[in-house]
Amino acid sequence: MFQALANPQRFMDFSRWAAPLVGIKAVILIAIGLWLTFTAPEDYQQGDTVRMMFIHVPAAYMAMFCYACLGGASFMGLVFRHSLADAAGRACAPLGAGFTFLALITGSLWGRPMWGTWWVWDARMTSVLVLFLLYIGYMALQAAIDDEVKAARAASILALVGLINLPIIKFSVDWWNTLHQPASVFRAGGPTMPAAYLWPLAFMALGYMALFGSLWMVRVRSEVWRKRANGLALQAAG
Amino acid sequence: MLDLDPGKYGAFLWPAFGISALVIGWMVVDSLSSARRWRKEVQRLEALRSETLWPETKDQPRP
Repeated sequence: MFQALANPQRFMDFSRWAAPLVGIKAVILIAIGLWLTFTAPEDYQQGDTVRMMFIHVPAAYMAMFCYACLGGASFMGLVFRHSLADAAGRACAPLGAGFTFLALITGSLWGRPMWGTWWVWDARMTSVLVLFLLYIGYMALQAAIDDEVKAARAASILALVGLINLPIIKFSVDWWNTLHQPASVFRAGGPTMPAAYLWPLAFMALGYMALFGSLWMVRVRSEVWRKRANGLALQAAG
Repeated sequence: MLDLDPGKYGAFLWPAFGISALVIGWMVVDSLSSARRWRKEVQRLEALRSETLWPETKDQPRP
């Protein structure tokens, strides 16, 4: 399927109907997730701030997932020279940066009342901040080099090097003593959360994932049109 | 039962949801407007190319 969609025309035909369909799914999932968020019981320790978990944790998942997609697209672009791979990478970066920004901000807003501080330089938070800087660096590098092929190659190398940060983020809470709590959903022995909190989390996470899928397709379409427009403009000038 | 009163935590909860809505809104608007802008640009350039290459057959189907 990926090979079939690597053809720009086939991707454009597929995404024409898939992007709005997945977007509608995202709206439905997030609407259900928000309803469950505000009907979940207060936590006995966290009180109402537990509701922030249902937007913070999905944003953090997506921050890492987008980067994994960016790394995959960069690898395909560098090694296989797929025509859509660079477009896929460029489309991932602003969305990933947005989700990472949300993870940092919502985490900080949760941390102030629960931990008594907006920010500490512990391993989890610092590595997520590095992830945000990697996204910014990727976009800045793409914008700084005029030659698009060279820009894509340089940015792809940066993205691939930055992949090392993903396991650091994931295992930072196990490898170091951190203020951030360890994994409570994806862990050996199953989740430690009650179902009343797992359901809103699951709906919001799936909603964020669908939102990313839909917007990613829209942005790849935009990149395909941008390249086509640049080609036509060059023809017109020549 | 819908609980929209976070009490003393409102000063942290509502900004978190508000900023999330703003950033997600920006992602949606930026993605859609960028796609629309480039699609229109391609249409404009294709129309321009057709007129330049085949000006005498402007109102006829293209080969």
